Parts: sequence; C-alpha cells; structure tokens
Amino acid sequence: MNFKLHVWRQKNAAAKGRMEQYEARDINADMSFLEMLDVVNEDLVEKGIDPIHFDHDCREGICGACSLVINGLPHGGMTGTTCEVRMRLFKDGSTIYVEPFRAKAFPVIKDLTVDRTSIDRVMQAGGFVSTHTGAAIDANAILVPKDKAEEAMDAAACIGCGACVAACKNASGMLFVAAKVSQLALLPQGQAERERRVNKMVAMMDIEGFGNCTNYYECEAVCPKDISVKFIAKMNREYMRALVK
Amino acid sequence: MSTVKTQVSPAQAQVTFIASSIGKKIFMATTGLFLFLFVSGHMVGNLQIFLGQDQLNTYAQALKDLPALIWPVRILMFIFFAVHIWRGIQLYFENKFSRPISYACNATVQAPLSSRTMIFSGAGILLYVVYHLLHFTFITTNPQYAGLHDTVGRHDVYSMVIFGYQNVAISVVYLVAMFSLCYHLSHAIPSFMQTIGLNNEKWEPRLKALGYLIAIVIFFGYSVIPAAVLSNLIVLPEGVH
Amino acid sequence: MKLDSKVPSGPLEQKWQKHQFEMKLVNPANKRKYSAIVVGTGLAGASAAASLAELGYEVKAFCFQDSSRRAHSIGAQGGINAAKNYQNDGDSVYRLFYDTIKGGDFRSREANTYRLAEVSNNIIDQCAAQGVPFAREYGGTLANRSFGGAQVSRTFYARGQTGQQLLLGAYSALMRQVGLGKVTMYPRTEMQDVVLIDGHAKGIVVRNMVTGEISSHAADAVVLATGGYGRVFYLSTMGLGCNVTAAYRAYKKGALFANPCFTQIHPTCIPHTGDYQCKLTLMSESLRNDGRIWVPKTKDEQRAPGQIPENERDYYLERKYPSFGNLAPRDISSRSAKEACDEGRGVGPSRYGVYLDFSDAINRLGKDVIEERYGNLFEMYELINDENPYEVPMRIYPASHYTMGGLWVDYNLMSNIPGLHVIGEANFSDHGANRLGASALMQGLADGYFVLPYTIGDYFAREGAKNISTERPEFREAEEAVAMRIKKLLDVGGKQTPDSFHKRLGLIMWEKAGMARNEKDLKEALQEIPALREEFWNDVNVLGSADEMNMNVERAARVADFLEFAEIFCLDALDREESCGAHFREEHQTDEGEAVRNDKKYAYVAAWEHKGVGQKPELHKEDLQFESVQLATRSYK
Repeated sequence: MNFKLHVWRQKNAAAKGRMEQYEARDINADMSFLEMLDVVNEDLVEKGIDPIHFDHDCREGICGACSLVINGLPHGGMTGTTCEVRMRLFKDGSTIYVEPFRAKAFPVIKDLTVDRTSIDRVMQAGGFVSTHTGAAIDANAILVPKDKAEEAMDAAACIGCGACVAACKNASGMLFVAAKVSQLALLPQGQAERERRVNKMVAMMDIEGFGNCTNYYECEAVCPKDISVKFIAKMNREYMRALVK
Repeated sequence: MSTVKTQVSPAQAQVTFIASSIGKKIFMATTGLFLFLFVSGHMVGNLQIFLGQDQLNTYAQALKDLPALIWPVRILMFIFFAVHIWRGIQLYFENKFSRPISYACNATVQAPLSSRTMIFSGAGILLYVVYHLLHFTFITTNPQYAGLHDTVGRHDVYSMVIFGYQNVAISVVYLVAMFSLCYHLSHAIPSFMQTIGLNNEKWEPRLKALGYLIAIVIFFGYSVIPAAVLSNLIVLPEGVH
Repeated sequence: MKLDSKVPSGPLEQKWQKHQFEMKLVNPANKRKYSAIVVGTGLAGASAAASLAELGYEVKAFCFQDSSRRAHSIGAQGGINAAKNYQNDGDSVYRLFYDTIKGGDFRSREANTYRLAEVSNNIIDQCAAQGVPFAREYGGTLANRSFGGAQVSRTFYARGQTGQQLLLGAYSALMRQVGLGKVTMYPRTEMQDVVLIDGHAKGIVVRNMVTGEISSHAADAVVLATGGYGRVFYLSTMGLGCNVTAAYRAYKKGALFANPCFTQIHPTCIPHTGDYQCKLTLMSESLRNDGRIWVPKTKDEQRAPGQIPENERDYYLERKYPSFGNLAPRDISSRSAKEACDEGRGVGPSRYGVYLDFSDAINRLGKDVIEERYGNLFEMYELINDENPYEVPMRIYPASHYTMGGLWVDYNLMSNIPGLHVIGEANFSDHGANRLGASALMQGLADGYFVLPYTIGDYFAREGAKNISTERPEFREAEEAVAMRIKKLLDVGGKQTPDSFHKRLGLIMWEKAGMARNEKDLKEALQEIPALREEFWNDVNVLGSADEMNMNVERAARVADFLEFAEIFCLDALDREESCGAHFREEHQTDEGEAVRNDKKYAYVAAWEHKGVGQKPELHKEDLQFESVQLATRSYK
C-alpha cells in the first residue's frame, strides 16, 4: 500500500510549525499506524531528515502515550488507540492527515509530541483517596456492591490519553475529569473527600485552560476505552451536590 | 518543562461556582429553561388566535391590566435573556481560545450540526426578538397598528397579527426565526438535562428524541399562525381593512 | 568482595518482624532533612516515592515517560496474588511463599520471598483503600481467580486492566504528594548516571528529554525502580521505552548485576509478521485453558489449517506432557513451540508461529461460551491479524516478557553500593529463575509500599543527613562524561540507524541466548556481540543535536547500553551449567527433555562486577541457604 502523508512538523515549543508532505511506500496492510510511521522515519533518517517525533510506548493500546489526530479524529476515530489502528483500514493511495492533539492545555513540544502534564496537575488537585501507606483496613471490610464496582471500573478504565480533549470542539477535559470523579464518588472509599475532590479537580481543570463542555459528545465517540458521557452528567450532579452540601 | 509547575499549586486550586466551567453551564441551562418556559407560554397565548378575535383581545387586555405580573416577568425575562446571551458569548470565545491552533483536517463523529451552531442559531433568535418587539410590542416598525381597536375599544391584537403576517416577507422571516429557535432547542433540551446531571446511557437517546419532539411541536405551534393567515384560514374581522 | 545478604537470623516467619524492630528509625521531626531520589515511577517507583513522601522525606521522582501513569506496569493484565485465603481453599502466607520459591526453581533468596508473601495481604488492603476497582462478588467482597496453574484462587483482578488500575492507585498517591509539594516530579527526564560520593550513592545525572539539558540532582539515597531489560531481545511484550540504561549505568559504577540470564519468555503472543515490527502483543495465558496447540506433522506445510486432516497434526504439548497438556508451564510451552518451528514445522507467513485452535472448544461448549470467555482477546487478535479466530486457528509464538535478573540487592533492597536501593523488576531478589503469573505486580508494590520505606530509614539513620551539593566535582565529572558520550554518538556519522543495530542484537540474543541455550551458541554470541558493538560505534547514524528533543539520541544511547549489557547476559548463561526455571541449557536435560538442575554447584546467585567494557566481569557468588524448604524437582509429566 502507498499513502500520501500530511504531517505537522514543529521544531520545538517556541517554533512555528507547518504541515509537510511525505510519502509512505510499500506499507504492509497488517502494520499499525505507528509502525507505518516507523517505516517513514527510518527512511527519513537515511535521507538525513529529522524523523517525525511522536509519543508512544506500549504499542498495545493501554499506556495512553500515543496521541495522534488522524484525518481530523484522535486515534483515527477507530476502535482503540493510534497504536492499534491498522493500515488495512485506510484506502490504498489515499491522503492521510496526521496532526498533534491540539488544545491550549496540551502545548506542542515537538512535531506530534504534546505536553499533557495538565492532566497530572488535575489529578494532583484531587484525583486520589487521601490514605497513607499502612493505614488501610482489611480489604473485605469495605463492601462494594458488584454493580457499583463494575460502574466504577467503567470509569476507571480511562487511560488518560487525552483523546477526549483533542476531539472536543472546545478542547474540554470534562470526560477525563468526570471519569476520575465518578470512579471515586461511586466507591465507599471516595466518600470522605467527595465534595472537596470535585471542587478541586474542576477548579484545576479550569485553571489549566481546558475549554467548557457544551455536550457535543465527540469525546465519547473517540474514547479508546468507551467512557460514557453519563459520567459527565454525574460530575455535574456531584458539583451541584458539593455546592449545597 | 521538566518540572511540573504552574502558577497555582494544585492543592490550592480554587474557582467559584459562578466562574467555574460547570457553573457557567448551569447558568446557561437554568436561564435557558426559563426562556423555554416563556416560549412555551407565549405559544399557548398566541394560539388563542384560533379561538377568535374576542378571545385573543381579551387575553391581551387581561395581561395589560396586570402590570404587577407583567412587569416583573418582563424584567426577569430580560435578565435571563441577557445572562443567557452574555454567558453564551463568553463560552463561545473561551472555547475558541481553548484551541489556539485549529486542525488542518476537521472531522466530526456524532455531534449534530445544531450543537455546533448554537451561537448562530442563538444570534438569529436574538435578532428576531429585537425585530419582534419593535414590530408587535413597541409597534415602532408599523405605527399604523396603534390605531387598531375592536368594537369594545380594546387594542385589536387579533387584527394586528393578521395584518402582520399577510406580509409574506415578514412571514418568511418569522418562519426562519422559528426554525432557528427550534434548531436551538433541539440541542438545548437534551443538553439541559445533561448539564443538570439527569442523563445516562439509557436516557441519552430518549432525551435526544425528546429534544427533537419538543422542537418540532414548538415550531408548528408558532408557524401555524402565519400559515393560517397566508392561507386565509383566519381572516380579518368584518369592517377592518 | 564478600556478598552479605544481611538476612536476619531467627525462624523464617519472624525474620521480617524482628528486622523491622532492629532497624534504626529517623525521628519524625528530622525526616524532612533527608532526601531521596526515585528513578522510574511505575508500580515500584510510584509506590515508593509516595510512601517516602508520606513519611516526611523530601523526594524527587524521575521518569522518561510524559507521565508516571504510563510506566509499563500497565501492561500486566492478569492480576495480583495475595495470600488472603478469602476463598477458604487452603491458601496461606507459607503456601504463597512456597509456590513462589518452587516456581523460581529454588534460585531465589528464601527470606526475601517469604517477606514478599507476608506483605502481599497488606498490598491488597492498601490498594482497595485507594479506590482500585477490584472485581467484586455480589455480596461486595473481593473476587478471586486461579491464575497461571496455581492450585488456589488467590489472584485479585480488575477486569483485564489489573496492572493499569494498580498503577493508577500508586500514581494517584504520588500525585497527591506532588500536589502537597513533598515530591518534585521530573517527567521526560532520563537518568544517565549514578554519582558516588565517598563510595555512597548520593545523586544522579539526568538528561531533560525536551531540551537536552544535562543536570545533576543530589540526595541522601538513590532508589532505582527502572524495570526490566527484556528489550535486549528487541522484540518483546514490553513498552518500547523500556531499557537497561539506568541499571546498567549503576552496574558500570560498581553495582553488581545478578542473574542476568534469568528471563521469562511468554508462550502466547501474537507472532511477528514482518521486519517492521518492534513489539509483540501479549495475549492472556488463559487462552490455553480452552485452546489446543498444534503444528503440522510435516515440514513446510503449505495447506490452510482447515485442510490439514486430524492425523497429520501434531498436538505436541498433549503428546509430550499428557497430564498438563496445553497448560504446561510457560517455559516448557515456549520452548516446545520454538523447537517445532526450528524443525521447519512452524506456520504463518514467517513460519514462526504455532496454531492455537479453538474449534474443539467451540464444538464442545458453543461459540457463545467461548465468546464470553475470550471475546475481547479474539477481537484484538482479529484487529491485528485480520483473521477470525472463531473460524481460523489463532497463531501464537513466544516472546520475551519479564526479567527475573537485575541488580543485586541485600535483604534491605540495597545494592552493594551503599545508598543505592533497587526495587521492582529492576532488582533480582524474589523470583529466582522463573516468576509465577500475577506475581510481578505483587513484588513491585511490596518493595515500594512495605519494604523500602522501612529499610531506607535504617540507612538514613545510620548515615545521617549529608546535604550534599551538586557543585561537588563528582557531579561535574559525571555530567561531563554524559555529555561526552552523547557527543560521541552524534559524531559517529555513520549510515545505519540505532534501531537496525538493536534489531540485529535482538536476533543474536533470541537465537543464541533465548529460550534454549547451549555452550556453542553462547560462545558465538559472545563473539558476535562485541563485533556488533564495534560496528555500532563506527557506523551508527545519530541525527540532530544534543540540545533538543531527539529520539535518535535517546535510542542510540539505550542501544549502546544494550550492546554492552548483552555480553554479561550471555556470560551468565554460559556460566550457569544447569537448567533451572526459565534458563534452559540444552546440555543439561533428561532424555525426555526435562530440565536438570544442579543444586550442588549452582545454588547461588551469580552477581557480576564490571571490570571495563569488553573485559570479562568478575563473578561473585552468593550461596543460597534454604533453611525452611526442601529442594524438590518439578515435573509436569
């Protein structure tokens, strides 16, 4: 297979970037999208051109490092993450646009690599249960109904890739924040800090410059872990609850 | 870059409810709710035109005779409307600035066009409301309406409406405005439910359908009046021309 | 050098308790005067950094990923063991200890392994308290499953994401401390060297991967939690960033590297399809519960699997190991697959694959049952290979998965360099020659939450706070050496990419030091590796400059370390003239192909001391004492 690639190149955070064209030749249909980029990169290096930098690590859809917007959609808008997208899903000879996740909260560092530490800072504000090592009671002393545990797991499945932010027309981080708030609000362990947590995490989310949610639900559509927007509704509820409590 | 540092330490992060992104949305939702209630009530009032000249003019006169009710409502509606618009514009620009560089290639999976054009459908509604007030409430655009009185001496709202919509251009503008309103509502209704936290997987498709249903009902509820005028289903009372 | 394991005296069951009491404490008011550097923030590193900060120490944590949450601990799917005995099926701390030490083929330190089993229960409590969404029963209690052939149900799990969820627990605890200002986090920062002051590890030199800036950080102790070195095989199930660099640089500074040849190969990975591949995807071992493994009886079979009649198929595991069959342990299953492929009976485009066939199970149980059990795995397989495993047998092949070897540590998890602690997969201590399923997560968290926070305090209390400045010449020298090395890489100006060298190294390692090893192959490898290394330093092409984000530099520097490290790996494999656990020497097997262990000569930890690049490292032996268990021979016939 052959493809024409339009790729965002930017030397560093301060530099101005632009789209550049590359050819991807003799691509095996079984390759993942990142393996295709690896091939293009090996070729660039041989020509003495700086390879395209992008974040990646596990290459099996779980670490959340890979972060490309392919043809306008994070992770190509397909099942799973960019590293799981296979080239057979593209039409031979087609043109593919590859861009970084774009948001004020995710500044570009180089090429397709973005700084997502804003996600960490939102977590630092309240995405935890304040229990120090050694303070725990026996695990079975906290009973969690199965349905609650399953729902909490649905929310906890978030891998923090930031596709929700990249997909949102407003670059809002609500789905990511809502997933963490909901996970801990659903579990008995999270009750003590329930109000404080949602207040802090929403505040930090706003300070970090994420946009506002206007209920497009694009986040849900591209989430590689199928996190539902019902958790955003839940976070809105939690936030109002925290106001009156 | 290597060190995680911001001006605000995460542990100190604080934003007031009103300034928070969720707070802003809740303001949009609740002011929107009152505007929606007004739109629904106004529609019911308007539809009395089908009950004849006497009924509509009686209703209009009754409202006029209740300044203690009508003025607070007008003032509140004005405030809600202003807040809704102000917040809407604020959200629009904040959201624009949240992505300083836009994508070269844009794609959308499931966000309906109505959701992405709220600012425009909203602007359409605003323009129409201004015109509508000048047209029927302040009678600035058509001062001749001021002289219309029915047989018992009340302001003849019934005839004014019919005169208004006999003008095809005004009717077309009206229909376009009603479409904007209902397009706006089709996203606003499920969005309202989501924002106040009443949504889940089961209700998401239902609320979406409900949004469309209510939007269609409101559209027809309003549009039926100029349609009836233009098709001569309702005509001017005898002696008025 | 005398290796002192510092294992406390007394009965096995009381050693840890006794040791905890005997260790010195740091007064709570003085804790803030002590600082620790934690390199790597996966399960072990994040849990350690958070726990140390909670105690009151000043902590700096470093990771090369963009966030601590991305460490490859997330890759673990199956679960985490603990001796809770919630299922009332006869589990106990002793049984978990025994299973672990037996699984490791009696090549681990008894006291460490016992302590691991002992604290396993605290880990579950800790993680549950953090809000890790473990699977639950209807009554709200924790659910368990049996994993990896264990006779008891002691594995706790969170769907197929146990590693991810446990890491998020540790990461959230770490983030809390970062928010409180007790931990300073340095993401996208790679450790380049350990700095010794008066023989103690007192700091590190790092490279900022965004700006290329090289800087020093000083502390009262250094903790390495930098994971395993499985990527020495190039193709592995590990994240592409996983590397040996931090551990290897510590080794070059004098830390001993123990048992490097103990690497685990996982039997059920998706086979590689082409040279472009850099990573193999692991599929849960549970597939072997219902799938039957086979290859054609004849070489170079061209027919599609469906057209090969039953009597022309070789269900080799069922044939060779009738009682365990397809559930034979990881190493046996992996080795048998490689043997079949080496005979030319492999399947798939590369001929390096064997069939894992579900047709019998589908006929017996129905498609629905299979879908319920393995639906997501089948989907993943189809996504990658474009073949429907309900209709066409899956193809699987073994891949490098976990490394039991690592830097040598004593009972306090401190290496032979005072102040240099090593935790998690990066150390060698608990798994011996092979690791049981669902035990990697357990060890990472045991070290980070419940062992290191005690033992590091003992070191602090004995040494006192030193408040060392990075202005000292030791730091300047280390920084200069690091900068020089990067410059040297950039100056080679050759033709071949770092990755191409890594691939070639991987191939040598896989073919000659992979699942089955022999003297001849290992000796060849020991010839080829230095030659490849020389070629690397003459012909590697590292583009760009040192003062920017530069993946060429990052990769080249890691590959350069692998090219040196591979040699001690092979030397260790050559030295260990026995077959034990995952280490299989073809010279040491029974007529039926069973591993033959040599407890008389090789019941030791092989700890290697650096003597210069290209020089033979010196072997130090820590004899393993077994006071509590009888050394038994395993049999899966």
